[in-house]
Amino acid sequence: MADEKVKTIGEDPDDILLEPIFKTGRGFYITVGILLAIVAWAGIAYMSQLIWGLGVTNLNRPVYWGMYITNFVFFIGISHAGTLISAILRIAKAEWRRAITRSAEIITVMVLFIGAANPFVDMGRPDRLLNPIIYGRFQSPLLWDMVSITTYLTASTVYLYIPMIPDIALIRDRSEGKIRKLVYSILALGWEGTPLQWKVLERLIAIMAIVVIPVAVSVHTVVSYVFAMTVQPMWHSTVFGPYFVAGAIFSGIAALIIAMAVLRKAFNLENYIRRVHFENMSLLLLVMTLLWFYFTFCEYITTFYGAEPVHMAVFWEKFSGRFSPYFWVMCITCFVIPFTILCNKKTRTITGIVIASVSVTIGMWLERFCIIVPTLANPRLPYDRGNYFPSWVEFSEMAGCFAGFILLYVLFTKFFPVISIWEIKEGRKKSVQEVSERVESYLPGLKNEPERAD
Amino acid sequence: MPRWGMVIDLDKCTGCGACIIACNSENNIGLSDPQLFREGRSIRWMDILTIEEGEYPDVKKKIMPRPCFHCDKPPCTKVCPVRATYKGDGGLVGQIYPRCIGCRYCTTACPYTVRYFDWYVPYWPSEMMATLNPDVSVRPKGVVEKCSFCHHRWQKAKELARSENRDMREDDYVPACVESCPGKAMYFGDLDNPQHRVTVLSKSRRASRLLEDLGTEPKVYYLLKGE
Repeated sequence: MADEKVKTIGEDPDDILLEPIFKTGRGFYITVGILLAIVAWAGIAYMSQLIWGLGVTNLNRPVYWGMYITNFVFFIGISHAGTLISAILRIAKAEWRRAITRSAEIITVMVLFIGAANPFVDMGRPDRLLNPIIYGRFQSPLLWDMVSITTYLTASTVYLYIPMIPDIALIRDRSEGKIRKLVYSILALGWEGTPLQWKVLERLIAIMAIVVIPVAVSVHTVVSYVFAMTVQPMWHSTVFGPYFVAGAIFSGIAALIIAMAVLRKAFNLENYIRRVHFENMSLLLLVMTLLWFYFTFCEYITTFYGAEPVHMAVFWEKFSGRFSPYFWVMCITCFVIPFTILCNKKTRTITGIVIASVSVTIGMWLERFCIIVPTLANPRLPYDRGNYFPSWVEFSEMAGCFAGFILLYVLFTKFFPVISIWEIKEGRKKSVQEVSERVESYLPGLKNEPERAD
Repeated sequence: MPRWGMVIDLDKCTGCGACIIACNSENNIGLSDPQLFREGRSIRWMDILTIEEGEYPDVKKKIMPRPCFHCDKPPCTKVCPVRATYKGDGGLVGQIYPRCIGCRYCTTACPYTVRYFDWYVPYWPSEMMATLNPDVSVRPKGVVEKCSFCHHRWQKAKELARSENRDMREDDYVPACVESCPGKAMYFGDLDNPQHRVTVLSKSRRASRLLEDLGTEPKVYYLLKGE
């Protein structure tokens, strides 16, 4: 806060939030080491793809897209957790948000890098990376994707950075090393905590919270357009936009819950991330479980009743054909497991909620796979039938994606506090008063105010 | 400007596969092997689709040569992010190999799955390297390729006509598959020329196009079974 004096570590109750930045434990090195090894392995696998060509994957004709594009859609979906949820909670002035917005926003920014990297891994000619910029044609949905993802990345980075400025200034004031002090000074943008600075900061956060919501919704709609704009069976569907957005928020919430549980354990944040956070997020997850079921139902019932042979070929492949294991595991992990756990008060414990979230994450990956591969394996003409199971290179890239994401997250926690310190402090000071004022402003009978006719 | 199209008389097609061989050698298509074929990675710009109907002893085998249809409204060119595929002169759907980024969006967008991807560097035994067609570029790995209606033959025919100081005659330009068909089951020419045999045949009662309901307006017509 503005009137905060420079303190040494240990005097402030919130110092536990700064601990990972100033002290580096063995756990950190081990985690980073393991993650780096996995990323390096993925790098080796990618080298083999560079040398021999995309033949090292198990992609073929007609299944031209497989695990890489599945990962692309999946990770971009995960990115919807953060910024969107944080923005909604900020706009709704939900007080319990204070401890979790930062960790949510980090997910968005970090996972977007991973998601956006996947189409490049999938490219046959990565040396022509700049062609879409040099020769780009905006009639192609891929260009829409590039634009919307870049916009989203910029907006969510700004939205992550702005609320971090007072915390960066706090670290600057406490840092001793010269380089360290310099870096944090630059990042803090001369933050002194003057009233004007606070006013600007709050105004910016409010604006960004409004801006990022439509951007986030549009991003996954555009991702779905890549498929929906073609005439392929079961892709050419108008429900794809909202279906993808709902799925993205669904998997995003699950990822956030997992992140919350991990952070809580790793940094001993039981005091900050409490049962109420899991409880509230789990109710949101339950709603999304039902919404996911609704959209999936809509998608498949219209195909079934329309009963066009080319669509039905894909439909039966998913229901009882070669892709039925993926499809039914998806139904169980996306609906049956989370629904059963979250509906029941007894099983809705923190452990239960985390299990449900892991299940949803697996299920949503399978959902993306079930959308992409069965359609490509069953094209309109009945002559070309394909099958697909990823190769070791593709599995390595996927492992690399997960490890890379976690690595970016871990490194972030090394340099910046994972819970917004100033927001916690502000909450302690102001929120009780603010909330009671707010309640008084809309609930009649608390104060003797004459009723106004607005 | 002509609008090149093809008519394939299925009554005359014997399924001999000469068109495939002619296409492969004309267009420098990499050799396939059983392994590649099983993986679904062998490349055939011209292929013969077969479908078996009925049960023994009443079995019917339908055969159907399938080049790229060079649609008038191609779904593949619409989605290309870099204009590596485009509808060019003569209504031909072309592919620019040095520009293609290998995203394979066109291959997934084509409802006829006639587009191919170079999963590896194409391979020929050294003896065959000397016989590659100098008029057609050898594709590198990682790009999409497809039937071009032997576009290079059109270029050559135009240049020949210019050097002889005359207009190009329509039959100067014929793709390799059409030229090599022993049963003369394939016809090629300008669909906008009302006198040409292709135009006449394309309007016959037997003429039909694949997946016509998609509105892609393919320029390859099949003559179905006659009376």
